[in-house]
Amino acid sequence: MLLSQHSIDNMKTTSNALFTQKMVKEALSAAFSKLSPKQMYHNPVMFTVEIGTVVMFLVSIYSISQPDQGSFVYNAIVFFVLFLTLLFANFAEAIAEARGKAQAESLRKTREETPAKLLKNDQIQSVSSSSLTKGDLFICEAGDIIPSDGEIIEGLATIDESAITGESAPVIREAGGDKSSVTGGTKVLSDKIKVRVTTQPGESFLDKMIALVEGASRQKSPNEIALTILLAGFTLIFIIVCVSLKPFADYANTPITIAAYISLFVCLIPTTIGGLLSAIGIAGMDRALRANVITKSGKAVETAGDIDVLLLDKTGTITIGNRKATHFYPAPNQKTEDFVEAVVLSSLVDETPEGKSVIELASQIGYTIPKLPMEAKAIPFTAETRASGVDLGNISIRKGAMDSIKNWVEKAGNSFPEEVVERTKSIASNGGTPLVVAQNQQVLGIIELQDIIKTGIQERFERLRKMGVKTVMVTGDNPLTAKYIAQKAGVDDFIAEAKPEDKMNYIKAEQASGKLVAMMGDGTNDAPALAQADVGVAMNSGTAAAKEASNMVDLDNDPTKLIEIVEIGKQLLMTRGTLTTFSIANDVAKYFAIVPALFVASIPALQSLNIMRLHSPESAILSAVIFNAIIIPILIPLALRGVKYRPIGASALLQRNLIVYGLGGVIVPFIGIKLLDMLVSVWF
Amino acid sequence: METDLLGIVATFILTILLAWPLGKYISAIYTGAPHWSDKIFGGIERLFYKIGGINPKLEMTWQESLKALLSINLIWFLFAMFILMNQGWLPWNPDHNPSMSPDLAFNTAVSFLVNCNLQHYSGETGMSYLGQITCLMFLQFVTAATGMAACAVVFKAMREQTSQKLGNFYTYFIQSNTRILLPLALVVAGLLLFEGVPMNIEGKANIHTLEGNAVQVARGPAAAMVAIKQLGTNGGGFFGANSSHPLENPTYWSNAIESISIILIPIAMVFALGFYLNRKKLALVIFGVMTVGFLALIAPALYFEWQGNPAIDHLGVTQTLGNMEGKETRFGTTLSTYWAIITTVTSNGSVNAMHDSLMPLTGMSALLGMMINALYGGVGVGFLNFYVFIIIAVFIAGLMVGRTPELFGKKIEAREMKIATLIALLHPFLILLGTGIATYVAHQKPDIGWLNNPGFHGFSEMLYEYTSSAANNGSGFEGLGDNTPFWNISTGIVLILSRYIPIIGPVAIAGILAKKKHIPSGAGTLQLDTLTFGILMFAVILILVALAFFPALTLGPLAEHFSLK
Repeated sequence: MLLSQHSIDNMKTTSNALFTQKMVKEALSAAFSKLSPKQMYHNPVMFTVEIGTVVMFLVSIYSISQPDQGSFVYNAIVFFVLFLTLLFANFAEAIAEARGKAQAESLRKTREETPAKLLKNDQIQSVSSSSLTKGDLFICEAGDIIPSDGEIIEGLATIDESAITGESAPVIREAGGDKSSVTGGTKVLSDKIKVRVTTQPGESFLDKMIALVEGASRQKSPNEIALTILLAGFTLIFIIVCVSLKPFADYANTPITIAAYISLFVCLIPTTIGGLLSAIGIAGMDRALRANVITKSGKAVETAGDIDVLLLDKTGTITIGNRKATHFYPAPNQKTEDFVEAVVLSSLVDETPEGKSVIELASQIGYTIPKLPMEAKAIPFTAETRASGVDLGNISIRKGAMDSIKNWVEKAGNSFPEEVVERTKSIASNGGTPLVVAQNQQVLGIIELQDIIKTGIQERFERLRKMGVKTVMVTGDNPLTAKYIAQKAGVDDFIAEAKPEDKMNYIKAEQASGKLVAMMGDGTNDAPALAQADVGVAMNSGTAAAKEASNMVDLDNDPTKLIEIVEIGKQLLMTRGTLTTFSIANDVAKYFAIVPALFVASIPALQSLNIMRLHSPESAILSAVIFNAIIIPILIPLALRGVKYRPIGASALLQRNLIVYGLGGVIVPFIGIKLLDMLVSVWF
Repeated sequence: METDLLGIVATFILTILLAWPLGKYISAIYTGAPHWSDKIFGGIERLFYKIGGINPKLEMTWQESLKALLSINLIWFLFAMFILMNQGWLPWNPDHNPSMSPDLAFNTAVSFLVNCNLQHYSGETGMSYLGQITCLMFLQFVTAATGMAACAVVFKAMREQTSQKLGNFYTYFIQSNTRILLPLALVVAGLLLFEGVPMNIEGKANIHTLEGNAVQVARGPAAAMVAIKQLGTNGGGFFGANSSHPLENPTYWSNAIESISIILIPIAMVFALGFYLNRKKLALVIFGVMTVGFLALIAPALYFEWQGNPAIDHLGVTQTLGNMEGKETRFGTTLSTYWAIITTVTSNGSVNAMHDSLMPLTGMSALLGMMINALYGGVGVGFLNFYVFIIIAVFIAGLMVGRTPELFGKKIEAREMKIATLIALLHPFLILLGTGIATYVAHQKPDIGWLNNPGFHGFSEMLYEYTSSAANNGSGFEGLGDNTPFWNISTGIVLILSRYIPIIGPVAIAGILAKKKHIPSGAGTLQLDTLTFGILMFAVILILVALAFFPALTLGPLAEHFSLK
């Protein structure tokens, strides 16, 4: 428990403070090592700045002995400021990486070397967790730390997953079904399980995520590439502007120093967004990780922002946990005791929460629960039969949806009582789920199961609607029940009596009309649909197949997490867009600072263009480059936190961001450069 | 001046009122649905289809459309070269004007082929009537129709949900001629005839003036050519002095008719987009952006022309009529300034005053009109240029609202951005590079004889020449001695590049987008027909142009303006 408590604390500190001292230290050294042209080359904007910096270095040295390029001090300062610009940009990327790494580390810490009880030829050997390979079996008992990600193949256990989810309530994981997955680093609190290792060491989702954040396998997303092209275009325009300025200036008999050319160029190209671009991308994945979602690629986060349709399972997402049995309704001419006995017998073999709730209700109404007879043979629920039950010698009991039981009953030539049909309808239209129970093709009665809708879920759906996301509830319930719950919870659409292929078909149909679909799932059944969906989020508790098929894994197993993921995706794009706008809008003020400074010596009439009344050409140019450099670290927090998304409609959002970042981007540098000039003019 | 101001306001409003139904008509034609005009024009069109071996129902991809466009352009070029170089012995040459030399023929053929109409000859002495009509006037029709047909392909691509087939280019092209340009040109030419523009095939008239001198007055089939030079944003006049010539533009009314003709189709194309896509509000937003830009150019221009030249003020000469240098007295400052701006925002280039004599900041407005080249713009191509700005604006706006950028349900990705960025880059690249080389030469060899006005104004002249070429405009700051191999060749290259690449780019983007999967619009989709998006589009245009040209404008018109004392 100590270990997990520690990591929770650790997570808290990393999520509240923007960065710790340790991260800053790490990032600072990385900022220097990232200066290597091989790395800079991938960012065309900053690469050109690096070239400019090198040129300024040479010019500074030249100006020690030759005065025609301005004083050494002036050139050296320009060089130094450009160098800082590079470092700031690298630092932004490095700090984003450090944050992501720290977050990932705090998760990884929980799965450091732990002893594992390897099961080999029915013998238990104690080995180190790092030596486990995919397919190995191990045993975990109460008090053990689970050494590796795996799937329970035998047994049931309560597990403390607080180390990864921060949730202190223990959870139950058991073999078979959709809750068979265990995560390395979590702790078994009771019972004993046999687990098969599902990942190779170093290949878990977390390891992949860390590699993504560290940049080793980070690929630019399509949108990032498109934006890079636009920024490269802007850079090219300014190369043309600055190159053509040389003959223009010669013609006007205005000598322009190299420092002035390079300053003009560096100020005009979009260094602000260029310097922060990769930090924004990394921070997006990092924010997902902070929400306890592991993404397999940056693209998945981006796509999440575009989602049009969201498929949500009813159970656990819209309604609290599982349905509970609330009533027994015996069929006409059937004794209540016989009915309840059959119900209990069939539920004793039923491990589902619904089955357990039936037993609970039976004992509540005073029925003594018998032991399960030895000859009982469980008939499990399948999506095809939509019924389960038990066979006891020549007695067979089935419970399930009305139409499936009706089928079974009528096949044997027995009649299906009209009253039962009526009763099921009235239960369903009140949001309940009727389960019809029959014994040897004779209807005995109906069990009513009721759902409880989570509080606050309506508001979340309302928020999604405002974002333009359509919510679809997926449920195995009959259409009447489904409709009742859908209306009550406020979802836009529902799929009732859903079979696994229904989800798949629904997704395909929506995609065919051009929509992007996200879904969350946990079962092996969900795997094809998760793979088909544009964004598939698997719960960490889900099966390995589901996790493999999805592009994100939610460590909290929280089905409403998709809402957060959509917002993180939107934030990512918005941060890029607003900072691009800001960066380019800045150029207006920089032009008004530098252009008059270039020409005013030989064309004094152009003093009229110096609308900021900057002190001297040197102070104007220095103020502009200094502003250009320091705006990067000033904006790092914004790049890391992301621009806040507000579901106020696209046009209103555009208007807001245009005013804040567009108009703000025009005005802020006028003020900033003027203030810097007042300071710099003390020396220049 | 107040009456003149009322006059241009009325002209502008009348143009818009005419452009609205014209836009509806253009949209109906490009839609291709049965239309009343079929009965009138169907017969002649079928004849063209038969001669050309065209199946008008066969739809083409964007690549096929561009191939068709480029190949017919090549044929016209060869045809024009043949006529220009042989007009001396060919018939219909009453004044016995000579054939052109190869380099002049090349220059003329290219500039008419690209809808620019840079004229290094004078119509009166350099062209036969055969050349004027079958070569130059022919090109004025077909090149205008080329731009419109390319624009129709983009319209169609924007409308399709997912399709490779974007209509038949030849059909768009022929119908643009038969149903839009020809009928309109007939009407305008007819009106001009009433105002006194000549339309005959006789040679020069010999006139004895009251002073007893013998004067030769050039005439010819001018009215027809003047009509299409304005309607098709060509700008190439029948006479050397263009629309300041008293026989090309004799009266206030002929001036008004021609002013309307210059921006009629460019505005109508924007409205046509609204009708065609059934997005009238979007068309109005685009028109609004263009108009705000237009007003922002014309307002300072009028102000500075009315103020007159401070240097003349210092001489003690009153300038109640404003800056009259280089203006025709029958038009005055207001009408000439209005013309100077409408001819530069569209890629027309016809002039009714000397642009070289405009006040520096009026000249800057004219320059900016051509640097943007999308405020109404040339027929068809103006919208194509604007389309690139829309793509960039949509991309930025999409990011700002947290959604992968999309235009009418089509995602804008790396490939489209690459093309759009390239097209947006090309215009400043050609202008700045050309001007850069020219200023370099002018600086190295001050006695080369290009510049009659050294200093800032000379710089503006060189900048104007390349801007006019890159915008396929054709007007000039005529103070520049530009009839030299350097200028002929360098502007010729700029002309060709800046005509075809900005047609190929937008058509390619639209074609690629048309092929993509269509995403239905939802609550999260950004609506483009809003004031906010309009402001963004305006800001994108302003920033892109201002950023690229600010230093050049500083050394030219701005430096000249601030130095005027």
